[in-house]
Amino acid sequence: MRIPGFLIAFIMLLGLPARGEEVVAALSQTNVALTATFEGSEILVYGAVRREAPIPEGDPPLEVIVTVQGPAGPLTVWRKARRAGIWVNVEAVSVSSAPSYYAVATSGLLGDVLTATEDLRHRVSIPRAIRAFGAADTVPDAEAFTDALLRIREEDGLYQLLEGEVELDRDTLFTARISLPANITEGVYSTRIFLTRGGAVIDRFDTAIDVSKVGIERWLFVTAHEQPVFYGLLAVLIAMFSGWAASAGFRYLRS
Amino acid sequence: MQIYLPIAEISINAFLLLGIGGVVGMLSGMFGVGGGFLITPLLFFIGIPPAVAVATGVNQVVASSVSGVLAHLRRKTVDLRMGTVLLVGGIFGSALGIWVFSQMRSLGQIDLFVQLSYVVFLGAIGFLMLQEALRALLRTRRADAPPRRLHQHLWVHKLPLKMKFRTSGLYISVIPPVLVGISVGFLAAIMGVGGGFIMVPAMIYLLGMPTKVVVGTSLFQIIFVAAFTTVMHASNTYSVDILLALFLIIGGVIGAQIGTTLGLRLKAEQLRILLALLVLLVSGKIALDLLLTPAELYSISIDGRW
Repeated sequence: MRIPGFLIAFIMLLGLPARGEEVVAALSQTNVALTATFEGSEILVYGAVRREAPIPEGDPPLEVIVTVQGPAGPLTVWRKARRAGIWVNVEAVSVSSAPSYYAVATSGLLGDVLTATEDLRHRVSIPRAIRAFGAADTVPDAEAFTDALLRIREEDGLYQLLEGEVELDRDTLFTARISLPANITEGVYSTRIFLTRGGAVIDRFDTAIDVSKVGIERWLFVTAHEQPVFYGLLAVLIAMFSGWAASAGFRYLRS
Repeated sequence: MQIYLPIAEISINAFLLLGIGGVVGMLSGMFGVGGGFLITPLLFFIGIPPAVAVATGVNQVVASSVSGVLAHLRRKTVDLRMGTVLLVGGIFGSALGIWVFSQMRSLGQIDLFVQLSYVVFLGAIGFLMLQEALRALLRTRRADAPPRRLHQHLWVHKLPLKMKFRTSGLYISVIPPVLVGISVGFLAAIMGVGGGFIMVPAMIYLLGMPTKVVVGTSLFQIIFVAAFTTVMHASNTYSVDILLALFLIIGGVIGAQIGTTLGLRLKAEQLRILLALLVLLVSGKIALDLLLTPAELYSISIDGRW
């Protein structure tokens, strides 16, 4: 029997875990530093299921879902069309919020381990992670634009669906490896771990990874945005000095 | 060795950047051109966002022009007065270019705008250079060709607001140099180039300046226009990447020194044909990207970023 989601939410509100199964998890690292030589990183998510009672017999199997979501923001998806012989951005759809990075790892097929209702509630699958309200107003086929957004970001490794990548051992211990590519942006990467049975979420654990530029990278980025004129003058001074130093240096070498 | 660029927000191989800087620096040393018109499209090709490529390209131009102008100042082949007049126009043109750039960016058409500018200007310049180089090649083979007149009286000499330019030996109106300055400043802002490839022919054929002061004066003007454009881009589009510029500059200055030495050993006419073909190749590649059906029709632009 499937338990309706609202019932679970109700029971959880009462402070009683539905089946007495709780998830505890940790990350191999909670800080990722975007240094000058950052080439991507791999986060190991590991944890265990805590129970008051023995594993229930005859129930649907226990499943684990891990999601990692980067900072979200509005963006525009453009579509090119041929105008006067050349390819030009013609139509655009605004997406009110899309994460810059999103990975979802599961212990089985996502469709099996999570019902559509639960997906809608917790926004787990990749299409649920983006919000494109009002997109249909501008073009008739707004869906093609959001599909393109998912496709492009999947190709860049920014959106990842890792079905079966969570390893669940004896229904208790689990591990998942989530890779952060080199082209990620900085911000708080919220990480959620869901425990499901029969497609219904029975427990959830939230944590976060802090991805930030450090050292010279951080300083340059902050200065460029907060003191742009100073940054511009600095860029010019560095260029002028380099030009002078090169000229003087090679003149010295020749003489 | 990968390097994470803080403004472009992508990771690129450092040796690739040094290599691009080096090759373009070598070509600029060989041909006496700034190289901005090659660096910026090469940055597009390796995946740097066009806005960052343009703004950073113009920053790199500052370095190569400073390095070049010092030699000319020592030889006193810089017409400071003419340079200043050109510069006044250049500042106006650059400000106008920055404004157009921001408008195009908010319309989502900045990539197209930059690419089209490259196709049109590089294509035209490439053809002119090829034609000129081929003609020069023929001229050296035919020794009986008539010599070019040194001083011609053109329509530009009839305009008002005349000024004396002693170093160039000219007494002409300031309107044509200001106009030349404006167009070059505009191109610097939208294409990330110094604009020497437009200015040098304009100075010789339009203003009638003596060839020996042309390159030095153009470099002198380019330094300040490129510097101004860099600061304007930094404060309007936040797209100047100092780290990216640094790698291009380091590669560039080393390449330029090698190129200068190499250029002395090769024949000038053949070099110019090569450069013209290279310019045509780059503009042809950009044109092809606009004409052929792209593999991906969709693109993403993050609101509030370049």
